Amino acid sequence: MIYRESGQYKTSYEADRAVFPLRQDRIGIAVIIAAAYAAGVFGSDFLLQAVLIPFLIFSLAAIGLNILVGYAGLLSLGTGAFMGVGAYACYKLMTAFPEVNVVVWILMSGFFSAAVGVFFGLPSLRIKGFYLAVATLAAQFFLQWSFNRIPWLYNYNISGAIEAPLTTLFGVPITGATATAEARYLVVLTLVIGLTWLASNLVHGRIGRQWMAIRDMDIAAELIGIRPLHAKLMAFACSSYFVGVAGAMMVFLWYGGAEYNVFNIDQSFFILFMIIIGGLGSLIGSFMGAALIFMLPIGLGIVLPAITEPFGITVGAATIEHLRFMIVGALIIFFLIVEPHGLARLWQIGKQKLRVWPFPY
Amino acid sequence: MDLLSQIFVEPFALMVEMPDLLVQTLWEGFVSGVLYALIALGFVLIFKASGVFNFAQGIMVVFAALTLVGFYAMGVPAIGALVLAVAVMFALAWTVERVVLRPLVNQPDIILFMATFGLTYFLIGFGELVFGGEPKQMITDELMLPTGASDFEFGGGYVRIQHLDIAAAVIASIMIATLGVFFSKTRIGRALRAVADSHKAALSVGISLNQIWVIVWFAAGIVALVTGIMWGARSDVSFALQIIALKALPVLILGGFTSIPGAIVGGLIIGIGEKLGEFYWGPIIGGGIESWFAYVIALIFLLFRPQGLFGEKIIERV
Repeated sequence: MIYRESGQYKTSYEADRAVFPLRQDRIGIAVIIAAAYAAGVFGSDFLLQAVLIPFLIFSLAAIGLNILVGYAGLLSLGTGAFMGVGAYACYKLMTAFPEVNVVVWILMSGFFSAAVGVFFGLPSLRIKGFYLAVATLAAQFFLQWSFNRIPWLYNYNISGAIEAPLTTLFGVPITGATATAEARYLVVLTLVIGLTWLASNLVHGRIGRQWMAIRDMDIAAELIGIRPLHAKLMAFACSSYFVGVAGAMMVFLWYGGAEYNVFNIDQSFFILFMIIIGGLGSLIGSFMGAALIFMLPIGLGIVLPAITEPFGITVGAATIEHLRFMIVGALIIFFLIVEPHGLARLWQIGKQKLRVWPFPY
Repeated sequence: MDLLSQIFVEPFALMVEMPDLLVQTLWEGFVSGVLYALIALGFVLIFKASGVFNFAQGIMVVFAALTLVGFYAMGVPAIGALVLAVAVMFALAWTVERVVLRPLVNQPDIILFMATFGLTYFLIGFGELVFGGEPKQMITDELMLPTGASDFEFGGGYVRIQHLDIAAAVIASIMIATLGVFFSKTRIGRALRAVADSHKAALSVGISLNQIWVIVWFAAGIVALVTGIMWGARSDVSFALQIIALKALPVLILGGFTSIPGAIVGGLIIGIGEKLGEFYWGPIIGGGIESWFAYVIALIFLLFRPQGLFGEKIIERV
């Protein structure tokens, strides 16, 4: 009824190619963005610090990985390490040039992880599938080792950890101990919206089409004039850029400090799971997957005790953590069997149903 | 110049100066190589028969060992616990075939690969939920595994060899030999090889694929149980083993995904190379290189010989 495109005529090619061709979609997106900003002003500290900031950061990392796995069809297990490259690059830049604004450095740090990503992406020119996955494991373990063993990276700190120094934006502290959750949330939100817009343009444009052609059939792609070398390394570079920025944001705008073992292989897997469950090759799927995987333990922590406590069973935090692993694992198998395109596909189906509702014929 | 000498001269000088240290390092590398090879063997079994790259093999090792120790802790005698653990591995194989493999038949390899990630996480959660996440002691004595160590005089020093390590090497060899006989002499073994060769041809001569999958997953489960016992006895049974088990992946790249001898040779190369690298070259760059050395070897190997040492077919190249 409401969600209907009747009466919306496309009068130009630009309108036909629009990312959101329906007016309702455009309004919906505007409402969501407005609500997200409103949450920054009115939301509680817990909501911002423990839910929304990590959700946005993981979404950005998932978008980065989705570019590589979902759009270009190259499987990578090194996401955690590339996040680390972004974080450590940002830390070095921040401490070396403290006069430059931190937001600039967060955005710049992605270029360092992009360079590292291209280097470790070189084997993808010769191998694919799980061979490539093993090759990226080399990146994961090597980089994680470097974060620990190269003291230059953490400025010879005795603790071996990197910590966010106090920095401000327009006079408001956004990193360091005194930064409020609101300020950090607004910065994260703005960056994530901007980068998502960039990613959307990338995947809808020429480069994105090249990636998808390579993913669907590399030989045919080569025959129609796509250079696999360029397209694949570009995919690694773009993917690692987003992932690196997400890593820098994670340390400086969420944790406030980190050690090398934050960027371990479990981090890589969880981001991979986000995109499998959310939907490979879908930006909105990255958000949905991040929401599901990240909110699952929080939701379980609230729901489970509420169910079991009337029966006198207390559920410990450890049990919830174990249940989370089980549920995530089961969900992955479930989605691969039932809906290989993930939550994003369910969303699509839902939208399609809505369009013809209430007269499906 | 100093660095070059550190890399190319000093380690070798040290090797010649103290041959006992070299032999000790080689032996330790050999034993961990055997264990890597055992994990890799589980991968190869499943990959050959069903074309599934089973990422969950590592966690199956932990899970099998946990089940064994867990049953023993519940008061089941050691032999009974062993039988029960075998039964659990069979149940796991059957369930995996029913729930994961059968609905996903004919899907692209990469989808099945990702499904085994799901299996991995499910088993981690399940194992921790049922048996608890804390590290456990392997029931070495109850399983009549030898303990203690012997010192051998060699080259002006002593080489210490754990009896357990000798037992591990012997048991691993026996198991590999048994598997070899099983594959070449028995009816099921021949069916397994037929399936490995061509799914369609095997189906058309009346081999049940579903049955074969259960059998190979069960065989891989047995291999996982043996590996878990051996590794658990060397350190302890904990989920940290799973990260170590990932090392089987570079082993496979070296040895080729479809070759059992390849898995063994690859395992030994990685095990020995890693220990030598760590001991002689590690200190130059700060030590701890064991965590990534194997992967980097594999990465370099992939660039020059993607099909591995003994791999049958050229893998898909782009």
